[in-house]
Formats: sequence, C-alpha cells, structure tokens
Amino acid sequence: MKIIVCLGVVPDTTTKVKFSGDNKEFDTSGVQWVINPWDELALTRAIQLKEDAGNTVDKVVVITVGSITTEPVIRKALAIGADEAVRIDVAPKDSYEVAFQLSEFLKNEQDQHFVFAGIESSDYNGAAVGGMLAELLGVNSVSSVSGLEIEGEKPRIFRDIDGGVETLEVDIPFVAIVQKGIAIEPRIPAMRGIMMARKKTLNVIPPAGTEAYTGITGFELPEPKPPCKIIESENAKELINLLQNEAKIL
Amino acid sequence: MAVLVYTENWDGKFKKTSFELVSYANKLAEMFNTNVVALSIGPVSEEELALLGNYGADKIISAAAGQFKILDNKVYVNLISSVAEKENAELIVLSHDNTGKALAPGLSVKLKAGLVSGVVELPSSTDPFTIKKKVFSGNAFARVEVKTGIKVLTLAKNSFEVVEKDGIAQIEALQDEVSQGDITTKVNEVNKQTGKILLTDAEIVVSGGRGMKSPDNWGPIEELAELLGAATACSRPVSDEGWRPHQEHTGQTGKIIAPNLYIAVGISGAIQHLAGVSSSRYIVAINTDKDAPIFEAADYGIVGDAMKVLPQLIQAVKEMKVS
Ligand SMILES: Cc1cc2nc3c(=O)[nH]c(=O)nc-3n(C[C@H](O)[C@H](O)[C@H](O)COP(=O)(O)OP(=O)(O)OC[C@H]3O[C@@H](n4cnc5c(N)ncnc54)[C@H](O)[C@@H]3O)c2cc1C
Ligand SMILES: Nc1ncnc2c1ncn2[C@@H]1O[C@H](COP(=O)(O)O)[C@@H](O)[C@H]1O
Repeated sequence: MKIIVCLGVVPDTTTKVKFSGDNKEFDTSGVQWVINPWDELALTRAIQLKEDAGNTVDKVVVITVGSITTEPVIRKALAIGADEAVRIDVAPKDSYEVAFQLSEFLKNEQDQHFVFAGIESSDYNGAAVGGMLAELLGVNSVSSVSGLEIEGEKPRIFRDIDGGVETLEVDIPFVAIVQKGIAIEPRIPAMRGIMMARKKTLNVIPPAGTEAYTGITGFELPEPKPPCKIIESENAKELINLLQNEAKIL
Repeated sequence: MAVLVYTENWDGKFKKTSFELVSYANKLAEMFNTNVVALSIGPVSEEELALLGNYGADKIISAAAGQFKILDNKVYVNLISSVAEKENAELIVLSHDNTGKALAPGLSVKLKAGLVSGVVELPSSTDPFTIKKKVFSGNAFARVEVKTGIKVLTLAKNSFEVVEKDGIAQIEALQDEVSQGDITTKVNEVNKQTGKILLTDAEIVVSGGRGMKSPDNWGPIEELAELLGAATACSRPVSDEGWRPHQEHTGQTGKIIAPNLYIAVGISGAIQHLAGVSSSRYIVAINTDKDAPIFEAADYGIVGDAMKVLPQLIQAVKEMKVS
C-alpha cells in the first residue's frame, strides 16, 4: 500500500512577514523555504509506517503543486525518506486550485493507497486542500487526525475532538487531514538520505486547466499593540484591579 | 437567496461560537437584504434551538437523526449542501474551528463555491465580494476576492461580538436519513473529558511554560484557573516533556485559541506560541525576564518569579471574590 503525502512549501515559520511596497504581494526576499510543518510531520509518520513491518505500507510518495523553485524543498522530503516525488508545474493561486491539480493527478492512481494532507499551510492558512481533495476524488476525509496506526491494511485513526480523542475506522481510500500528534518530532535528513535523494525520481507533470475560486487583492499588518503595562511584582492586587476595572474582563 | 449558518452543539448545548456565528450571519444577511437560516445537526432540545432566534436566526432547521451523532465529513457535507440548495443559500458560514475546517472545504467543492477561511470581518464590498482573513497565523491579514456566486466562509473566533436581539425563529425538523452505506467513518472509542472547561471554548486561560521549571509546580496554575473558572494550557516544550497533556499545548502547531484573557506564566512568547494565542482579547504575562518577547504581545505584565507572583495573584482573586 502507498501513502501519498501532499507537501506544501512555505516560508520558515520564524520569517518576519513583509509585503511589497503597495501591500499587494508577499515579499519573498530573504525568505527561507521549508516543508509546511504539518506536512513534515505527516511525512515523518508515513515513513515510520513504511518502516513498520506490521502493515502493508511499502511506498511513500510526496506531491507538490508548485513552480521549479519548490524543488530544493521537495529534494529535502526525498532525503528525509520519501521514495518518490511528483511536482505539478504551476504556481497555484488558492487552495481550490491546489486541490484540483492534486485530484486530476490522483484520480488515476491505481495502487491501493491513502492520502495525508496537513491541517493548514502556515502562510495562507487555507485549512482547505485536504477536504477539497477528498470531495473532488469522491472519497471521505477525516480531519483533526492526531494519530494513525495501521495493522495489516486496516488504519486506526485518532481524531481530536473538543476535550478529547476519538478512535475511528475508515474505509480506504480516504484523506487524513493531520495535525499535531501525528508524529512527535519531524525527521531530519541523514547524510545517507541526502546522497540517496539525488537518485530518486522527481516527476514533473504539466498542470490541468482550471480557474481559482478566490484571489488575494492585498495584505495588511495588524495594528501595533499599545505597550504592555508593567505592574510591580509585589502588587498582584493591582493587576486584578486593572483586569476588573480597566479591561473589565473579571 | 439566504445566509446559511451551521451552528454546532456540544452535548446538546450550543457553543458560544455558534452565537457569534449567528450574530455575524445576521449582519451579513442585512448587507444582502436577506434571511438567516441556521442548521443544527444532532440531538438538541427545542428550547436550546430557540436560543438561536435571540441572535438573529430567522429559521432553524434541526437534523436530529441518530446517524448524525458522529462527525462523518462526507455525510455532513452532503446534508449541509442539500440544505443550502433547498434554502437557496448563497452564503454559507461556519466557525473556523475543528468542525468548520473539516466541513467547509467539502462544501466549497460540492457547491462550486469559493472558500475564505478565518474571516475576521464582514465583507468590505459585496460586489466584487471582498473580505478580510487572517494569514501567517495571525501575523497579517489578506483581502480576498471571491469570484464564485456561492461563497463559503469560516469565521475566526472572537472576531465578532455576540449581539442579542428580540427574535423568534421558526423551527423545522429535517427528516433526512442517511443510507448506511454512505457512512464510512466508524467510531470505536471516545475518550472525552467531562465537566472540565474546554480549552477551545474557555473565556479565560491560564497557561504555563518552561519557566515553571517542573511539572510539580503546576499546583498554583491549576488553583488560579479553578478560581477564575479558567481552562489550563501550556507551551509546546511543556507538553513535549510530558509535564502536561498534549491537549493543552497552544500555538501554531497546537491549539489556536482566542479567550478574553490569556495569562502566560513562564512563557517566553516565541512567534510560534503567539500564533496560537495572539487573538486573545487581553494577554497577561508573568516572566522573570523583562526583555522576554511575550511582553510585546501582552497588555499587562509582571516581571517576577512565577512561584512568588502566583500565590499573590491567587490571594488577590480570593479577596476579589469575597468583596
Ligand atoms: C515549527 C515550529 C513550531 C512550533 N510550534 C509551537 C507551538 O505551537 N507552541 C509553542 O508554545 N511553541 C512552539 N514552538 C516552539 C517555540 O519556538 C518555543 O521554543 C517555545 O514556545 C518556548 O516555550 P516556553 O516559552 O515555555 O519556553 P522558553 O522559551 O524556555 O521560555 C521560558 C520562559 O520562562 C521564563 N522564566 C524562567 N524562570 C521563570 C520563573 N521562575 N518565573 C517566571 N518566568 C520564568 C524565562 O524568562 C523564559 O522567558 C515551535 C517551534 C517550531 C520550530
Ligand atoms: N502547493 C501545494 N502542493 C501540495 N500540497 C499542498 C499545497 N498547498 C497545500 N497543500 C496541502 O494541503 C494542506 C492544507 O493547505 P491549505 O489548504 O493551503 O492550508 C497542506 O498541509 C498540504 O498538505
């Protein structure tokens, strides 16, 4: 069985967010590009499952919708341990376009498989591709997935709910939309992995024709916060007083 | 045309976010000169359903069939989209929480509707439809234009005031059933806290970071939370170390919360942590390091040792409660 990991490429999460002069575009100068954090955890879990002999997972494929500039990051995914990579060669405008491109490619997938997508891209926070992809493929999705185990061919899914966790069974194929917990720490590439990554296949596929549903017309930064009011450490009472009478929240 | 809003319940009670949503939908409907239809899924009493009318729902549809008890994304998406079609809804609003994120994308595809997730305001223009949403985990906003006739929106928590009004809504029971074969998600086990305040729904959150030094020091955090009717939370390293349960981890990779008050104790305020809490209405920081970045995000701060400050705060809250 194959696991397909949808891999988004995003600015490093510590990037200072800046926009170009007229606030129309995200300023990419000096940005370090990385695997979207949840996708990195999904990839880690997929590789762990492949390594585990107790199930039939034997292949991990990463797939990215993006221009050639995403390739160094895709190579990193191969170095971490993905077996193959696919890049659909278009810079997408919204989550729908990403999902559409992915579905056009995946609808021809013959091997038994399921798909991992992350809960959201850390840049545009769409929280959409996984659910859209499932609907486009006509399969079910499970979101808020914080754990996934497989025994033989049967996945057992842990889904976070308000105040707890549910354990689920779902029919294959499906899309697992994963979040924290799916893996504890992202795996980092080892030297051997980096060497091997060079020899692995990165298939470049032309995009299918589609229109985005939405478009970003501009950006703004939040209003700067007024400076923090510092209260003497001996005077906790004053803090309670301020919360009660100034902020009026107690 | 109508505005359809999906109001989720938790054990038969609507969440605060559901009332926020209905208030928002009501204003949205005013802009488009139309009505608000609220859809509730799962068993909810008539009395509870009627509450939605107090926030501006004109009609309430209740789908209470037992099969809807568990969240099966596909089953729910089919149900909501069929209601949207029947009600001729062109705007569909959900909350930007776990459930909203689970369902909005499927609805978007099914209804060929552009999705904007995490919106923070009413649209700035109705034609072209343009609306502001959070991006970069709350570090910026984007204005998004939606090109499709039908639109799906998820509303970020705490971005819209709950507005009560006098309204009585008509309640309609939806008899739809799901054929067994359509359900592909099966729940085998549920592990759910009861009685405790939900972190994602709490008005006040008391949160501890690595500055608390040891899991044995959490007593005062819990006591303060208890006194304030607050939920407890923590930073990522604290949950990674196993000092606190994973459900408490807030931040970019943990829970994203927006309480009225967030009290950060011994938390440095890393950008990834702030991404999960910066939408809180007020932030209080307690930290020994006056240069810790948390003070840039905080409204009120105390520079000092948590183990000394917390007992004083607890005392002050007790006194406040007595007076
Ligand atoms: C991709 C990625 C995602 C991440 N996601 C998250 C996330 O979701 N959530 C998250 O929290 N982190 C996240 N992190 C980690 C984040 O970068 C920080 O490392 C983390 O938030 C720091 O936790 P902390 O503030 O508890 O600890 P520290 O940074 O160690 O801060 C401890 C603070 O306690 C103060 N202190 C020490 N002693 C006392 C005392 N006696 N009384 C009071 N204060 C004291 C110190 O001055 C210091 O400011 C992420 C990192 C990465 C790379
Ligand atoms: N360009 C992309 N190529 C492949 N997968 C993507 C891309 N963008 C997003 N995804 C996947 O969809 C998830 C949610 O993204 P989004 O809907 O953009 O927030 C991510 O965690 C990825 O798994």
